[in-house]
Amino acid sequence: MAEVVFQARGLTKVYRTGAVEVRALDGLDLDLFAGELVVLLGPSGSGKSTLLNILGGLDRATDGLCRFRDIDLVRLDDRGLTEFRRRYVGFVFQFYNLIPSLTARENVALVTEISEHPMRPEEALDLVGLSARADHFPAELSGGEQQRVAIARAIAKRPDVLLCDEPTGALDSHTGIRVLEAITAVNRELGTTTAIITHNAAIKDIAHRFCRFADGRIVETTRNQKRLAPAEVSW
Amino acid sequence: MLSLHGLRALDRKLARDLVRIWPQALAIALVLASGVATLILAIGAYRSLEETRRLYYAEYGFADVFASATRAPAALESRIAELPGVAIAETRITRHAILDLEGVTEPVTGLLQSLPDRARALLNRPHIRLGRLPEAGAVSEVAINVAFAEAHGLRIGDGFDAILNGKKRRLTIVGAVLSPEHIYAIGPGDLMPDYRRFAILWMSRATLESVFDLDGAFDAVSLKLEPGAREAEVIARVDQLLARYGGTGAYGRTDQISHAFLDAELKQLAALARIIPPVFLLVSAFLLNMTLLRLIALEREQIGLIKALGYSNVAIAAHYLKLVAVITVVGIAIGFALGTLFGQSLTRLYGKFFQFPFLVFEQDGDLYVVAAALSIAAALAGALRAIYTALALPPAVAMSPPAPQRYAHLPGETSALAAHLSQMTVMSLRNMVRFPLRSAMTGLGLSLSVSLLIVSLFAFDAVEAMIDATFFGSQRQDATLNFRDEQSARITADVAHLPGILRVEPFRHVAARIRSGQTARRLTLTGRPGDALLTRQLDLALAPVDVPETGLLINRRLAEVLGVKRGSLVDVEILDGRRGTRSVRVTDVIESYIGLVALMRMDQLNRLLEEGPVVSGVHIAYDRDREAALFREIKATPRIVSIEQQRRALSRFRATLAENIDMMTSIYISLAVVVAFGVVYNSTRIQLSERARDLASLRVLGFHRREVSRVLFTELVVLALVAQPLGWFIGHWLAWLTVQSFSSDLYTTPFVINTATYAKASLVTIAATAASALTVHQRIAALDLVAVLKTRE
Repeated sequence: MAEVVFQARGLTKVYRTGAVEVRALDGLDLDLFAGELVVLLGPSGSGKSTLLNILGGLDRATDGLCRFRDIDLVRLDDRGLTEFRRRYVGFVFQFYNLIPSLTARENVALVTEISEHPMRPEEALDLVGLSARADHFPAELSGGEQQRVAIARAIAKRPDVLLCDEPTGALDSHTGIRVLEAITAVNRELGTTTAIITHNAAIKDIAHRFCRFADGRIVETTRNQKRLAPAEVSW
Repeated sequence: MLSLHGLRALDRKLARDLVRIWPQALAIALVLASGVATLILAIGAYRSLEETRRLYYAEYGFADVFASATRAPAALESRIAELPGVAIAETRITRHAILDLEGVTEPVTGLLQSLPDRARALLNRPHIRLGRLPEAGAVSEVAINVAFAEAHGLRIGDGFDAILNGKKRRLTIVGAVLSPEHIYAIGPGDLMPDYRRFAILWMSRATLESVFDLDGAFDAVSLKLEPGAREAEVIARVDQLLARYGGTGAYGRTDQISHAFLDAELKQLAALARIIPPVFLLVSAFLLNMTLLRLIALEREQIGLIKALGYSNVAIAAHYLKLVAVITVVGIAIGFALGTLFGQSLTRLYGKFFQFPFLVFEQDGDLYVVAAALSIAAALAGALRAIYTALALPPAVAMSPPAPQRYAHLPGETSALAAHLSQMTVMSLRNMVRFPLRSAMTGLGLSLSVSLLIVSLFAFDAVEAMIDATFFGSQRQDATLNFRDEQSARITADVAHLPGILRVEPFRHVAARIRSGQTARRLTLTGRPGDALLTRQLDLALAPVDVPETGLLINRRLAEVLGVKRGSLVDVEILDGRRGTRSVRVTDVIESYIGLVALMRMDQLNRLLEEGPVVSGVHIAYDRDREAALFREIKATPRIVSIEQQRRALSRFRATLAENIDMMTSIYISLAVVVAFGVVYNSTRIQLSERARDLASLRVLGFHRREVSRVLFTELVVLALVAQPLGWFIGHWLAWLTVQSFSSDLYTTPFVINTATYAKASLVTIAATAASALTVHQRIAALDLVAVLKTRE
């Protein structure tokens, strides 16, 4: 049995705006194991992004338990969460969030400069098949290329976990597949525990496991008997 | 109906926009207000001062031309009155005298002026503040100037001794008065008014005639000219008439000391109005431009939508113009209030410094209209281009997200260079180059703040340099004694025998007019012995030089005014005694910040006048321990009519300037801080807004808040550093402009800026920058990481 990287029990997140109370997570339980690739599936508003943000140290749970190995994420302050993200987490977002004033290589170097055992930026770009575009600025890259730079940036520090929030959401299916290939390659070659959240059901087939979300909870967890390669899925 | 409803909706948006950006809007309004305030301050004080003076002159018959003689027959008065161009001529007696007040060790110098006995004075009428004027023929009655009375706590009925024509007399105070002739009352040789040591006394004409053996005669005349009369011609004719009677050359208001000092002050205020407000207006235009451009960029999609809904360009332009209007109106209102307040306190300060019977606050509407119009022009200049960018957006383009910002490698960037910089630094530098105009304007704004501080702080350096050269380099005597009339050189030996005297150096003063080509100046020509040690001449590098055996030394100001240099020939017209014009060579140009200086060897001057060894006064050094005994003797020496004490002069000089400079400096420092704070606040807020996404990305990647702030602040630090030398340069230039416009024939301001002043200016600006940046730093903590990342650019 692989090591449990993330453990969530009774995880609850309540947003309050004035008198309105929204329960984004409602007593959720989840374990993520070292090296696995999990797809969290669900319609928008089902709480999957909230979970990812709490796992990644961008947000704090209202109640419940959330541990990364032996770190209690619920108890960390802002500084602690920043340090946690810096050491262990790689993020990929729907809108890439590259720094427009830095080239692809520099965007990656931004992270490697503050990491303890990073790979070289060129190596990370190579892993996502973008060595040739290393000196281009984001504005000179296509959407798919930008997302692959974002992946290279996320994994260059050899994070323990890679959290991807709708990584293909802004891309056409052809480009999206190339991005998924990059993510699976990272998972396979570096053994990085990876969670992808998406509302695109087709993607679930590339994962070791997938979980369905509804109303702030996981309503179904399925282990894929047979994983598909990204090239084999379509939407 | 629809459009009205729509406009209301847009106005609601406007109100909410304003609430959202209020700190930035306020910062801009404050900079604008500073411009308005300085304009109103300077011009308001200028007009108040000028109008007060004008009314005072008109009501109390301030004369146009003044002349004095040794002793002229009373009959000459009607001949002067009949000269073409002369409306009124009034003669009188004016003399200097030493006063002896109980409990006051140092001798006080008094200027005695006669009042007509038969009727009230036609010209230079005193304004009675307390009591009355002396009665005709009253032997011991005297009216004194208010400031002197206040300085010594003298009251009506009090008395003091005066040495009049060698005889001690007891005088009784019957009135305290002010005079349009003595708005700025300065003793002989003094640099600043010293009302403890210098008094003006008004007595009955008959009394002074008898005291000074001037029955049926006068020694001074004042003239009122007819409108359109040529002053120079009248002066020439008066000089002709008085020549036989020891006339010392008539002069107009520009050479009248009180008038000239007021003129110099007015000139400074006018210069202030020209130099300072434009700086603020420029900065506020830039801030408006920058802020509006950002607002429009943020509202790009909304603008597209509003256009798509059918709103015209006019409606959209009006919408943003209203925003500009609100900021401008707030700025103008604050500026009006501050300007009026500052203007009144400055005018009041003048009221203390200058002796007026009343103060007119001149606050004409037109000044406010002009100030408001200039502010609106500056605001529009800043806003129009930004608003145009909103209008130029086609709706379809506006509604789609803007193309990603294109960045480029830094000019001259090499991989070797880049390797030495962190990616955070590279981000900052590229951003700076990406928005060159904004970076330049932010840097320029900071430079202007530095330069404003230099302009205000350098005044202290200039004054210290002036004091150093004047009191420690040139005029090193303890005191100067002026004699009644010219005395034989033997008097020097007599003075040397007074108690405690360590050194005596005689001098000769002669009224003269120096001319080169069309330009002439009336001044006191000084003769000094070649071996003078107490008073020295300083060359242009402030090193002491001897008085050359032949020729004339003139100071830089006089050389500039006359357009002459070392070796030039000038015409020296002697106005005292043996009159005549001689051509004399300028042997050298020296530095002296006070007045117009022309000096030569005393023996040579006496030869020029075809006179033997005579002196006008002596400079002395004495033993301070024996000061009391010395002063007692001086008070009892009839030939000494006035005394100037250097130590007192220096402390008065310092105190008076400190009062003036302190007020202006504190106003300027506040304004410079407003500029620095406003520029930095707006610039960083805009950066924060534009780069929120980048900064949030950095936070997500695990950068701490402080590291993220560094990205913003590296750019600011670079700009602030670049701004310093530029600010020094602009400040240097503005200070030079100030020196040029402040200099007059009365004094020139040395152009000296100490290194410490540059450093202080930079420190204040950097502190304001840091404070402003810190307020923005707090906002980085408040960045909503998730929300920012979920939105598309």
